[in-house]
Order: sequence, then C-alpha cells, then structure tokens
Amino acid sequence: MEVIRQKVGQKPTAGQMHEFRSRQLTARQLLTGDLDGAELDEHVESSILTTTLEKAGKWSAGNAFMPATFGLACCAIEMITTVAARTDIARFGFEAFRASPRQADLLILSGRVSIKMAPVVRRIYDQMLEPKWAIAMGACSSSMGVFNNYAVVPADKFMPVDVHVPGCPPRPEALLHGILKLRAMVHDDPSMGWRERHGAEGTVEVLPEEGEALRRDFAANVPGRTGHGTNA
Amino acid sequence: MSQLDAPRTQSAYRQQEESIELSHLPGPEGDAPDQELLTLNMGPHHPATHGVLRLLVTLEGEVVRDLKPIIGYVHTGIEKTAEDKPYWKVIPVVERMDYLAYFTNAMAFCGATETLLDIEVPKRAQYLRVIHMELNRIVSHLVWLGTSALDVGAMSMLWYSFREKETILDLFEYSTGQRMHTRYFQVGGVIEDIPAGWTDKVLEFCKIMPGRVDQYGALLNKNEILLQRLRNVCALDEQTLVELGVTGPLLRAAGNPWDLRKAMPYSSYEDFDFQVPIGVNGDNYDRFAVRMQEMKESVKIIEQAVAMLPEGPTMVDDRKIALPPRHELATSMEALIHHFKLVTEGFRVPPGEVYFPVEGPRGEYGCFVRSDGSSKPARVHMRDPSFVNLQATAAMVKDSYIADLIATLAMMDPVLGGIDR
Repeated sequence: MEVIRQKVGQKPTAGQMHEFRSRQLTARQLLTGDLDGAELDEHVESSILTTTLEKAGKWSAGNAFMPATFGLACCAIEMITTVAARTDIARFGFEAFRASPRQADLLILSGRVSIKMAPVVRRIYDQMLEPKWAIAMGACSSSMGVFNNYAVVPADKFMPVDVHVPGCPPRPEALLHGILKLRAMVHDDPSMGWRERHGAEGTVEVLPEEGEALRRDFAANVPGRTGHGTNA
Repeated sequence: MSQLDAPRTQSAYRQQEESIELSHLPGPEGDAPDQELLTLNMGPHHPATHGVLRLLVTLEGEVVRDLKPIIGYVHTGIEKTAEDKPYWKVIPVVERMDYLAYFTNAMAFCGATETLLDIEVPKRAQYLRVIHMELNRIVSHLVWLGTSALDVGAMSMLWYSFREKETILDLFEYSTGQRMHTRYFQVGGVIEDIPAGWTDKVLEFCKIMPGRVDQYGALLNKNEILLQRLRNVCALDEQTLVELGVTGPLLRAAGNPWDLRKAMPYSSYEDFDFQVPIGVNGDNYDRFAVRMQEMKESVKIIEQAVAMLPEGPTMVDDRKIALPPRHELATSMEALIHHFKLVTEGFRVPPGEVYFPVEGPRGEYGCFVRSDGSSKPARVHMRDPSFVNLQATAAMVKDSYIADLIATLAMMDPVLGGIDR
C-alpha cells in the first residue's frame, strides 16, 4: 500500500479529492447492498483488513493502557515526569491515569513496597479487572534495592510482575521503555519470546522436512567445505 | 437505662429514609440533613494524599470533626540500615528519606558527621552545596506546585512546573551524573568539581526562573476558583504552629520568619543576601504565596553563589577521610593503603553525638548522629519536617469542609518517604 504524505494544512489536489469522493461513494454503495460482483470483491480487498478477534483485542489493549494513579515513593516523581511534557506518555496513548483500580489495567509499582504496604498493593492489584499487567519500577520493588532490609518486600513475593524497570529511580525514558516492552509483550511480539531467553537470536525456525535441505544448502555455501556431514 | 435503650432521636429526613411506609410521602421541608458522625477512611491509596498517607476522618455531614493520620506505609528502615553501613555509604540511603530534598538530607547527614570529625569544608564545596541545595528547593517547590494545583483542579499547572523541574534535573545530571539521589555531597565536601560551562547554564536558568514564577502566579493568582479554595481556609495561628513544632513555609506563612539559613547559618549561608518571605494570615493562600516567593529568593542565592564561587579544592585535604586522587594509586603505596582502608572499612569518627539542623524545602531537616568511635554510626535519626508538620493537620482542618482537607493537605506538602523513613 502506498502511503501519501502531505503537509498539514495544505489543501488536497483535485485528483486526491476525486479519489476520496469515489471511495466514499463506493463505501456507501457497499453498505446499501448496491455493490456486487467484481466491484464488490475489489472494494473488499482494498478496504477491509482481516485479522483474528484475539489479535485485534490485543492490539487495542496494548495501545491503550490505563495505568493506576498509584505513587509509592521516589519513583513516583519520575512516573509523574513521564506524564509531563518532555517524555510525553500520551504519544503512545497511556496518559489516562485512573484513580480507581477498577478502571485501571496497569499497575506501576513506583517505589519501595514495605511490609505494611504489601497487602494494600496486593488488594489494589486484585481489584483491577482482567486483563491487567504490572510493572515493578525501580530497584526497590524489583530486588529491595539499596535498602535490602527487614522493611522492604520485592514485588515478586506477593504479586505477578510483567516488566521490571531497573534504576534508582529509573529515568522517565526507562519507564517508557518498560511500558513499550510491555506493549510488545501484550502484542505477542515474537521477539519477546524464547529467542532472547535461549540465546537464539539470528536463527530461523524450520519444519523437520525442510531442515535437511536447509542444512545441505548451508553446508554447500560454506567456503572450504564439502557438501556433507556438517553439523553447524 | 443503658445508651442502647435510649429512644433514638432521628431526624425526619432519616426516619423517612429508613421507613418504607413513609418513603412515598413528600420530604420534610427545611429539615437539616442527617448529622450522624461518619468515619471515613482515606488512603493509603488515594491520589490526593501525595503518597501513601492514610487518614481516618470523622465527618459530620461534610465537616471534618476529627482526623487521625496513620503512617508507616513506606517505612523503609533507613535509620536502621544506616547503622549497618560505613559513614560514606550511609549518604545514599539518607538521601532517599525525603525524596524531593535529597541534597538537604545529604547536607544534614554530612554536616553532622563533619561536626563530629571537626573538619572544615573548603569554601568552594560549601558554595557548590548551596547552589545545589537551592536548586533542590526549587525542584521540590515545583513538584509541590504541580501536584497541589492538580489536587485543587488546576490541571495545566503540572506541565509548566515540570518543564522547569526538568531543566533543573538536567543541571543536576550535568554536574553530578544523576537526576535524583545524586550522592554529590559527601563527608568533607562534594564528590567532584562541577564540569566546565555548568555555571553558565545555571545562570541561564536563573535568568528565566523569576519570570516563570510570575507566569505561574498569573495563571493561579487570578483564578477565582483557586483563590476561593485557598483564601481564609484552614488558617492556624503562629502560636499553635510553634507549639506543634511546625517549621518551614507553613510556619513562615503564619508570620514567623524562622529560617535556619538566617537563624543559624551553615554552609556559608551568611555570605548571601536574601529575604525570608512570610505570610500574614497563615491560611492556605499564604502557604502557597510563601513558597512561590521562596523560589525567587532561591534564584537570588544561586546567582550570588555562582558570582562569588571561589576557586580551590572541593574536598578536604585529609587522606583519612577523602579518597586519594586516582592517579596516585599507581605510584604511591600510602595512597593505595588509604584507598583500601576507606573503601573496605571507611573512616572512623570520634565518639560523640551531634544534631545538625538545616533548612530544607519543607522546614527543619535535622540529622542526629551518635558515634561510638567505629566506622559505622551507632545511631542515625532524621528529624523530618514532613513528619512533624503532619501533626498540625488535625488542628488545621478541624471544623472545615472535607474538600478543604484536600487543599490543606496539598498546601502542607508532606513527603511520605520522609515521614515514614
């Protein structure tokens, strides 16, 4: 598909207006049922994108997180900064911070969680409706940080955490990176899967029957090797 | 006859509400609404409590009759952790107490330790400390301004105040390498000299900041809604505030010009010419106005400190306390031994105890340090102004509306990290 870019505020040319108008009319015909045959096929092919409901749901959920307005300590200041003008979180559509956990689907643990606070955090997480995600922001809620004493509890001990953002406190950019990683996870981005965990970057997935041929091709292309028995 | 058997006096409104037979009848005209007391729990997860403060509020209708703060939700055991670490490793954890006044916290602790060690910090380091502490005060007030304005409904303030806050955090990053919790101050001075060109950037900021404060004022001071929410709301007289131990802008708003920078100068504050803004009524508006003026005064101090910044070392010349320069490690055995001892054990501090108060954005930050002669403090205690000021909440908001409780809490500017530690 060709993407036409034009400057904001400029009037579209007559040709563009005509094309737009004709597409509008075809769409209206489609809705009234006047379109059929080849014309219908062409219109459907050009204007309708098919996907699975699951994928569409994930796409929309991942692009519209509603984080809970929940600040714990130092990291909360950097979390507010993420909302502020420089690293404008609204660019990605995550700016709608919700005061009630019932309306939120992302819990950012921005700071140290004490033993007294842990049940409260857990309750807030439980009150959030599915689907929901959690980000442990900063060293304290991930690993107890510089304190590492009797009072602080790492978040993993009492609730599931999807993304850990390192730093003390993490920069706003780091939190944003964490949220974007979470978005990739929600979108089922294949790169968020097994490749990193198993050190398998740069590999391809092949079916068993294809594997033999691929190995032969690969072996044949390696300079200085004969074409058999290499197990690279 | 016990109280339970006593005839229940119910208002007509309440009777109608509870009885099915009466429910269809027209309501009692001119009847006062139900005046039963209601206990309302607010927090620890509440967007307007500036952290995880929990308040048990006793309401009569909409009027706050009693209030009890419950704290400890971000208790981090910092004071106890400090006892396990050598003096120079305590600084990072102490900075995280009141997380909007990291330089002030570090100053209080370093000042206390320096008093115990009886060392004189070089003049250049003192001036650099002043510049950073005053910038820190502006950061804290800007965060207060943005979030407090948000609490009383002025949403756009946050974007403007955080723009300037980012500028200052850039300056911190430039000079210290970190945005927050910089560990720039250390016992005996500052960790390293400022980079070239930093002072120019600071002066650039000082040039725009007073105008920006005026712009904030123009945005808020002419806002009728904001003025109605702040003027003559929850005022408390100077006497009561002093009795409750309140310090900082809250006390100055009531007309008491108590400022440790003037009263007992530390870190060369006596060299600078600045004024202490005070209020008249001690209401929420004065608390707001005092902080706005303080930002301007801080800019004045920074400008003077930059202009008068002396040349010289930024760290005491005592190898028992200061790390030797890196290049000496390869050539001098003495330096290597000093470096090893400092990094593994830390420096030893003569026995004794000291209380070192400094004036932070919220009032008196006083660090109490007791040394038993070892390289770790026997006790570190911070007198945090947020903690002490919090006990004035009940006195302030008693018999006022619950909506004013939010505004008052915003204007008190408590930082829960400092309260709970």
